[in-house]
Amino acid sequence: MSKAVTALNGVRFTDGIADVAELPMQGMITLRGDLSMAVLKKAVKSNTGLAVPDQGQVAQDGAFAVAWMSPDEVLILCPYGDVQGIIAKLDKALIKAHVLAVDVSDARALFQIAGVHARAVMAKLAPVDVSERSFQPGMFRRTRMAQTAAAFWIADTDTFHIICFRSQARYMFDLLCVAAQKGSEVGRF
Amino acid sequence: MSTRLATQGRLVNRDKAVRFSFNSAPMTGYEGDTLASALLANDQMLVGRSFKYHRPRGIVAAGPEEPNALVNLGVEGKFEPNQRATTTELFEGLLATSQNHWPSLEFDVGAINAKLSRFMPAGFYYKMFIHPRPLWKHVYEPFIRQAAGLGQAPKGRDWDTYEHLYAFCDVLVVGGGIAGLQAARSAAQSGAQVLVLEQTAHWGGRAPVDGGTVDGKPVDKFVEELVADLAELPNVTLRARTMGAGVYDHGYVLGYERLTDHTPDMDGPRHRLWRIRAGHIITATGAIERPLSFAGNDIPGVMLAASVRDYAINYGVSAGDRTVVVTNNDDAYRTALVLKNVGLEVPAILDARVLPVDSPLMAEAKAAGIRVMMGHGVAKVQGAKRVTGVSVCAQAGEGATVEEIACDVVAMSGGWSPVVHLWSHCGGKLFWDADWAMFRPDVDKAPIGADGSPFVSPAGSANGHFGLTEILGDAHAMGRAAARATGFTPKKTNAPDGVCLDEAPMAPVWLMPQGAGRDLRAKAWLDYQNDVKVSDVQLAAQEGFESVEHAKRYTTLGMATDQGKLSNINGLAILSDALNQPIPQTGTTTFRPPYTPISMGAIGGEARGDVFQPIRRTPMHDWHDANGADWEPVGHWRRPYAYVRSGESVHDAVMRETKNVRENLGLLDASTLGKLIVKGPDAGRFLDMLYTNMMSTLKPGKCRYGLMCGENGFLIDDGVVARIDEDTFLCHTTTGGAERIHAHMEEWLQTEWWDWQVYVANVTEQYAQVAVVGPNARKALEALGGMDVSKDALGFMGWADGTLGGFAVRAYRISFSGELSYEIAVRASEGQAFWDALMKVGTDLGVMPYGTEALHILRAEKGFIMIGDETDGTVIPQDLGLHWALSKKKDDYLGKRAHLRSHMADPARWKLVGLESTDGSTLPDGAYAVAEGTNANGQRNMQGRVTSSYHSPNLNKGIAMGLVLHGPDRMGEVLEFPGTDGTTYKAKIVSPVFYDPDGEKQNV
Repeated sequence: MSKAVTALNGVRFTDGIADVAELPMQGMITLRGDLSMAVLKKAVKSNTGLAVPDQGQVAQDGAFAVAWMSPDEVLILCPYGDVQGIIAKLDKALIKAHVLAVDVSDARALFQIAGVHARAVMAKLAPVDVSERSFQPGMFRRTRMAQTAAAFWIADTDTFHIICFRSQARYMFDLLCVAAQKGSEVGRF
Repeated sequence: MSTRLATQGRLVNRDKAVRFSFNSAPMTGYEGDTLASALLANDQMLVGRSFKYHRPRGIVAAGPEEPNALVNLGVEGKFEPNQRATTTELFEGLLATSQNHWPSLEFDVGAINAKLSRFMPAGFYYKMFIHPRPLWKHVYEPFIRQAAGLGQAPKGRDWDTYEHLYAFCDVLVVGGGIAGLQAARSAAQSGAQVLVLEQTAHWGGRAPVDGGTVDGKPVDKFVEELVADLAELPNVTLRARTMGAGVYDHGYVLGYERLTDHTPDMDGPRHRLWRIRAGHIITATGAIERPLSFAGNDIPGVMLAASVRDYAINYGVSAGDRTVVVTNNDDAYRTALVLKNVGLEVPAILDARVLPVDSPLMAEAKAAGIRVMMGHGVAKVQGAKRVTGVSVCAQAGEGATVEEIACDVVAMSGGWSPVVHLWSHCGGKLFWDADWAMFRPDVDKAPIGADGSPFVSPAGSANGHFGLTEILGDAHAMGRAAARATGFTPKKTNAPDGVCLDEAPMAPVWLMPQGAGRDLRAKAWLDYQNDVKVSDVQLAAQEGFESVEHAKRYTTLGMATDQGKLSNINGLAILSDALNQPIPQTGTTTFRPPYTPISMGAIGGEARGDVFQPIRRTPMHDWHDANGADWEPVGHWRRPYAYVRSGESVHDAVMRETKNVRENLGLLDASTLGKLIVKGPDAGRFLDMLYTNMMSTLKPGKCRYGLMCGENGFLIDDGVVARIDEDTFLCHTTTGGAERIHAHMEEWLQTEWWDWQVYVANVTEQYAQVAVVGPNARKALEALGGMDVSKDALGFMGWADGTLGGFAVRAYRISFSGELSYEIAVRASEGQAFWDALMKVGTDLGVMPYGTEALHILRAEKGFIMIGDETDGTVIPQDLGLHWALSKKKDDYLGKRAHLRSHMADPARWKLVGLESTDGSTLPDGAYAVAEGTNANGQRNMQGRVTSSYHSPNLNKGIAMGLVLHGPDRMGEVLEFPGTDGTTYKAKIVSPVFYDPDGEKQNV
């Protein structure tokens, strides 16, 4: 029996212009290495079914996603229970290469903000052009939201997923609730 | 008296009365009124007192340039001072009070200053209060501080919320007047994303008031259609009640949106600060009318001519029954005509010019039966709290009265100044247009962006164009150019065809009459709020304050909350005249953002209350909180300082926890300690460079305490390093150090040793870490069961992976207390469950959680240093007796060379010792040990200081550590530490290890 609990126990806020929810434990693996290596690409593909994405992009399919984090880092999203197995397989496949695969699932919190005003809520917190014309499905952004580091992407129409540090989950949730407060529609986006 | 007219008032809804109060007097206005128009409709012309002389002040203008009508608005959590009545939309229940008077607005004791004004000229404070010197601090400054400030500071917490918004567009248009709207359309036709900001609630600016036709339609109809067109375009966003506050580098603009100021009961944030990145910015910010400088121009009832017209047409409010218009240009004639048309009296237009031929507007005025006195002006205004009349004189003379005219309003116009503020914020230059006597944007010297091309364009009257034809033509061209500048192709269209009456040239008039004597000049106001008169600026020039920036600060001209919107140009014209130099040579003061004040709340945005700071919480945070944690901020983390039980002081709790760790079992939440994974074939070599001691020789399964210095040799961090496998290390950092040390490692890897094969990952938050400390520590872990934690299986400074109580753990056998101690890392998501399990098995073992203060005392008893206590950025390992941690086998490590510098190797550097008070008391933290004699500055010589000091409950006495000159060689000597409480503490120099010097207790 896993005793794993998320930082805020799946808290939700539905009393504003967009719905905020903390999502369940999400498997996350930081993989650092030379992203152009064929062996690395192959290892990512065989474990996730996804190709290593280009700069600023995220590849997603079902329970798996691979996000570009930096020129030598991707973030693999997978079911929480699969993390150790995938790390072991990556380590084995990449034994001769210089890489670092490490479990960061518990170091993060994952939030969802959903609704027609989701983009407006994001625009209040992140210094990013999140208008439909500029920020589209398949894009991934590491940035900040108000005063904390965050990464986000569009998981579904009008739905953003946001990753932040677990220690700042409460701050992030409170922040999203303030930004989504009643009567704060922006009317642009 | 001022009152509501039976007709006019295009912005008010006469069907909806709105009740409000001013200085507790109930009043009624209409929906659509500003507070200023509603006050005038209730015959409330007197609205405040000036800053220095407490002169009566009335409403002068109708827009953001208003210098006088500043009020306290609201009560308690809605209270805000210095709110401009002319830009405050009226709402039901609005409460306003006037400022800067005592005991009342009508009778103000401070007005005595006006009687003394002869003796309080420019620079009065500087001259008066400089001698004798000591009086400044103790007498003058407190007195002046008491007298200073207009509104009151709010006392309660703000009830409202605020937010920021990041917005992006190709073309940003600041100003929703006819120029801004036209520029927006011309730009938007190219497909560019256009954002238009308008500070008021209405579109079209002055055009609907000033009249004319566009494409054969009345201008207000044209504006209506234009706004409707723009609202339909998907690539255009229109925002009313949003002021462009400032223009910054790289097309960054701040917009200030006032969401609920006009309906304070509505849900949502009060203000929204737009943080805009624009490809190109068009400043269509309009123009501001200038006052004329004549004696008594500050008496309530003297107003800007165009504003008098605004009140009549926009709000259906007459400022008074009889209005004398005084002007140096044609525009003011429009005011005379408007007033005449609504049935008010205009006894005369005093026109300082002498025109050879009547201009069309002048002819129209004469045809309407208005008396026009060319070549005349105001010698002085009669009245005190309200205008009663004017003395007319020849403009060319010295002010001899030729006639007195009774009136209750003087509508003045000294010409127009383009609003060049936003153009200038980022370096746009100005040139002097002698024909219209104004500074206007020099479009050839625009603010330049990163690519070397201009990123701001002015349009319309903000660009010095007056008359509908010119304004629309300019706006159209600027809109198209902005589209082109952002990579779009503008449509080939023509500007709309605007038609209005031609105006005759204006004549610059900086003083009225031209030869006004001293008495008149000392009553001719430039800055209404700060009481700066023509005579003050002239005095400043005479005393050598020739630079406009110096004259401004000496006289306080333009330093009031209106930032010189009315006074700036008039003041520097007077200064130029006094210096006998042309106006462009004098130049302007610097225009700085914001255009008008924006709320502190908007600047703070969402960052207040719960989200003021991104507090970091460990997985066990809520448990600590529920169990009496007295919180201590450590970096952005919150850590329990102690767990206070009921009936216990914080000190009691610390003493109890500290004793219990030595006697039974303590649990510490150590999750905040930084954890960095360092992996790669070169990881050992890399850590050998980062730490002063040798890490590459560490065996997998073992831990080593390490010191880290910066390249200048000073200690920056410390912590335990565990070798996980051949290629992998886990480096612990201090609580506040994880991100900093991670960045430090990445910097060296990316810039200096980029060819080394090392990757670093910060996994601090992946784990909850619990220190299990005390004689019963092993028993507790054995009670959980699952892995062998015996001395033989897991010796001191070893680590092992395993399970405890069903949790997957990594157990480190390390101690920062000198007791038998384990630090157990579990997944963060299981941290609370693991903590609960430990508390449960610990019940019979005397378990207590302990906080950071107990941690500090325990380590101090053992003489362990703490980064940030014993170190402060100037301390090297040698100072702390940590020579053993400086590897001599290594060729190099960061800091090694620095340690060889003469100052670092100086034997006179203060060194770490223990300090034991002679009477058992606790030394004040940070206290200095005094030595004989004084230094070159006459200060007492020092020979050491306290770096940590605590009461030890285990030793039952005060213990301390400190850095002392030749300290280790002076064991047993007694030093004196004068405290800030007047007593001198005495302490003996001892070894810093107070407890279990042989380390027997931790190694069991």
